[in-house]
Amino acid sequence: MLINRRKFIKSALAIAAYGSTFANGFLHSAQANTQWLKDRFKPGTYEQTIAYLFNGAEIVDSHKIKFFRLPHVAENGAVVPIKIATQIKNVEKIYILVEKNPHPLSAEFSFSTLAVPQVSARLKMAETSDVIVIVEAEGKYYRKSKKVKVTIGGCG
Amino acid sequence: MSSIKIRSKRLDGKTQIRTLITHPMENGRNRNKQGKLIPAHHIQDLWIKQNDIKVITCHMGGSISKNPYFDFVLNGGEPGDKITIIWVDNLGKTDSQIHTIK
Repeated sequence: MLINRRKFIKSALAIAAYGSTFANGFLHSAQANTQWLKDRFKPGTYEQTIAYLFNGAEIVDSHKIKFFRLPHVAENGAVVPIKIATQIKNVEKIYILVEKNPHPLSAEFSFSTLAVPQVSARLKMAETSDVIVIVEAEGKYYRKSKKVKVTIGGCG
Repeated sequence: MSSIKIRSKRLDGKTQIRTLITHPMENGRNRNKQGKLIPAHHIQDLWIKQNDIKVITCHMGGSISKNPYFDFVLNGGEPGDKITIIWVDNLGKTDSQIHTIK
């Protein structure tokens, strides 16, 4: 009886979650946007990705973006921790790019006003390269980059 | 067993949400022991909702580490608020998990 009740509550919660997902059109938009997403994350050079994403918009270097946890030397390129915080106001999006990865765009975060524009994640890096973070706020773009040395597999 | 683990912590009126998702995150470039390419299998979309309001949307490619970890901070967050995390991967699989802030 108890197990059944538990199972029932669990499945009811799961159904509720899926239901609200559909109601908000998240999944629908995800399916519709698959091609668009694939284009963003497709392999290419850093320049191509930047051109595709920002369409030639001006990107200003900013010291208001701060990196934490991102190491100078990453022993394992498969797990490179990064934490990004920024003092820029009205941040809409944060892009994380790794210049020399086959797929330069790693992740793209969109924030509503309910969230603090701060995120930490773990990246994969193919080789020693610049990690570039671009912050979009009020239609303007700000950038900060840091070189991370990846030493796995030899003398790096 | 859900693939999503969620932990939350309230600090000065803000709420830190930490999440760990179990997922292979294959980018389609690695080879298996037989030398064949492992097909791409990675999370594409991730949503964080607070009481059914979308707070954070994330799109990602295969260059996020295996079993991805994320850490976000919400401006508000009261005890009893429900945090929902949903992911969808490139093969159309999906999972979600509800967490209640204590």
